[in-house]
Amino acid sequence: MNIAAGGHIFQSQPNAARRWEHATFWLFRAATYLVLGCGLSVFATIVFKGTRALVKPEAPFINTTFFTDAPETLYVFTFEGKGYAQGDREHRAFIAAHPAAARVKAESYVYSAGGIFPCIVGTFLLVVGSMAIALTLGVCAAIYLNEYARDGAFIRFVRLAILNLAGVPSIVFGLFGFGMFVIGFKVFGVQFFGWNVSLAAGWFTLAFMVLPVVITASEESLKAVPMGFRAGSLALGATKWQTIRKNVLPYALPGILTSSILGIARVAGETAPIMFTAAYVVRDKLPWDVAKVSDFFFQGVMALPYHIYVVSSKIPQNEYTERVQYGTAFVFLLVVALIAATSILLRNKLRSRYQW
Amino acid sequence: MVTSVPILMDTRPSAPSTAPAAGKPTVRPPAVGASAVASPAALNLPAATTLIDIEQVDFFYGATQALADINLKIDDRKVTAFIGPSGCGKSTLLRCLNRMNDLIEGARVSRGTIRIRGVEIYQPDVDVIELRKRVGMVFQKSNPFPKSIYENITYGLRLQGRSDKSDLDAVVEKSLRGAALWDEVKDRLDTSGLGLSGGQQQRLCIARAIAVEPEVILMDEPCSALDPVATAKVEELIQTLRENYTIVIVTHNMQQAARCSDKTAFFYMGRLIEYADTRNIFTNPANPQTEAYVSGRFG
Repeated sequence: MNIAAGGHIFQSQPNAARRWEHATFWLFRAATYLVLGCGLSVFATIVFKGTRALVKPEAPFINTTFFTDAPETLYVFTFEGKGYAQGDREHRAFIAAHPAAARVKAESYVYSAGGIFPCIVGTFLLVVGSMAIALTLGVCAAIYLNEYARDGAFIRFVRLAILNLAGVPSIVFGLFGFGMFVIGFKVFGVQFFGWNVSLAAGWFTLAFMVLPVVITASEESLKAVPMGFRAGSLALGATKWQTIRKNVLPYALPGILTSSILGIARVAGETAPIMFTAAYVVRDKLPWDVAKVSDFFFQGVMALPYHIYVVSSKIPQNEYTERVQYGTAFVFLLVVALIAATSILLRNKLRSRYQW
Repeated sequence: MVTSVPILMDTRPSAPSTAPAAGKPTVRPPAVGASAVASPAALNLPAATTLIDIEQVDFFYGATQALADINLKIDDRKVTAFIGPSGCGKSTLLRCLNRMNDLIEGARVSRGTIRIRGVEIYQPDVDVIELRKRVGMVFQKSNPFPKSIYENITYGLRLQGRSDKSDLDAVVEKSLRGAALWDEVKDRLDTSGLGLSGGQQQRLCIARAIAVEPEVILMDEPCSALDPVATAKVEELIQTLRENYTIVIVTHNMQQAARCSDKTAFFYMGRLIEYADTRNIFTNPANPQTEAYVSGRFG
């Protein structure tokens, strides 16, 4: 204490503990800022580079064709002293108008012109279909596990299986889907599955991948519904299923939806499970362009994450390929955000209806 | 649903109107009806018609015995109170009467019979759903569903497939009036049942129970979470309900048992120690343990 030197009895003194206090505080703060920096730099890169594909200098400033057109090959060439970068159709029209241009050597970049409309549609279809399957199966399983099953060795085994399923790498799901749904198998001459590369095969593969998330989340949501609601309903002469359907499930749905939002991001984002099962590098027909309705389920589609993979694994890479790579990534984030926002709105609507 | 077995046939004459009970004083000498029929010497014998007959019941939770050799006859359209310290088995016995214990893993009646109107309710051919319609229950913690007041009352009716609007409207009004809640909520039937006060919530649960017209209403410490004013209202309601329903109430509150029941059963350590007219239990208990408990020496 330094009272003699003009301090008071609570005069703060520099000492080791105080220095450690400062050091650790700044360490934690720095770690947090670093995480923030990582996140921001990822988003900033995608947004900054992606906007170059999405906006254009003249009105209406949004490059709508990027959203509405199919991918095209980009031709870059110099003709009569002027540089051109043209998509496939534009290039052919240009050659028709200037036959001399046909002799000019043009650099071509596959899929770097046009838009990504078929990929947006494909990803949307994959997400909706696989989430529908995963939610149906997952909620049913969760209801069985949480409401009906009595704890025993079998149930413990089931839970272990679900945990293990969550740990399987996505490429393994892709391989499983390929063998199971795409190729199928024969038992005594009867063909099972064998759907080729198709929406149906992708749906089931993706659904199996998110099932553990959906089941675990649904179980937690069901557990969160007070037991009193069940007892009250049963005491009024309801059967177990009536109780669940009218007095448990409606209250658990907001929670189930919340966690399935995580599932949506996963389903939309995974490339590995669909690359053997559902995704085409390029497809000229749009999904609704089918001869009969049943064909709809057994056609392959283009998908955003796989498209990013395709355009990013082409050589050479330059500013022309970068445009479509980051453009697709940006649109991809927008699509996921849109689907997630929809389910958040739905959840909030349900949640406001039932509160306790 | 198998209903070919006429379990729990309602043999009552058409239920008397509750109208005269509305202005009835809440305090009344206990067991007026009983003493008018039975001779004072036979007070421990069932005076009115026996509705529920419990014989030699043993009950286990897994390996733990919760009830041992319970013999008890519960009178029709009387209020019977179960008292005793925590863990004495009174709630367990109550939940045996509508088989709510079936929901607990490992819980079972291992010996003895429980008959309601002569029907053994633990027989395999008994439809538990039908039983619970006839034996309603009000829980310790009020549990209105997170739905509107109207939906809460009609829940049980909709389960039975009744959906006629005017029919449901009539039952809602009748049940809420029966639970002395109508005047307080008639203008906000479409608001959430959870927006009511604690006492109103509990009366809503009673209204919900009587909407399906049970014969018996089991009440598991219905006032333990309520303030004295709300408690008084529920007790007043019990006095009205006893005209039409057989009520079995579990309570920790001995004054409550003394105030509202006709007969009282005292349980201790899973055994029925004494069962008699409420007046006798509180003024002249036969068993020293009962006396010790009702005079506040333990429990």
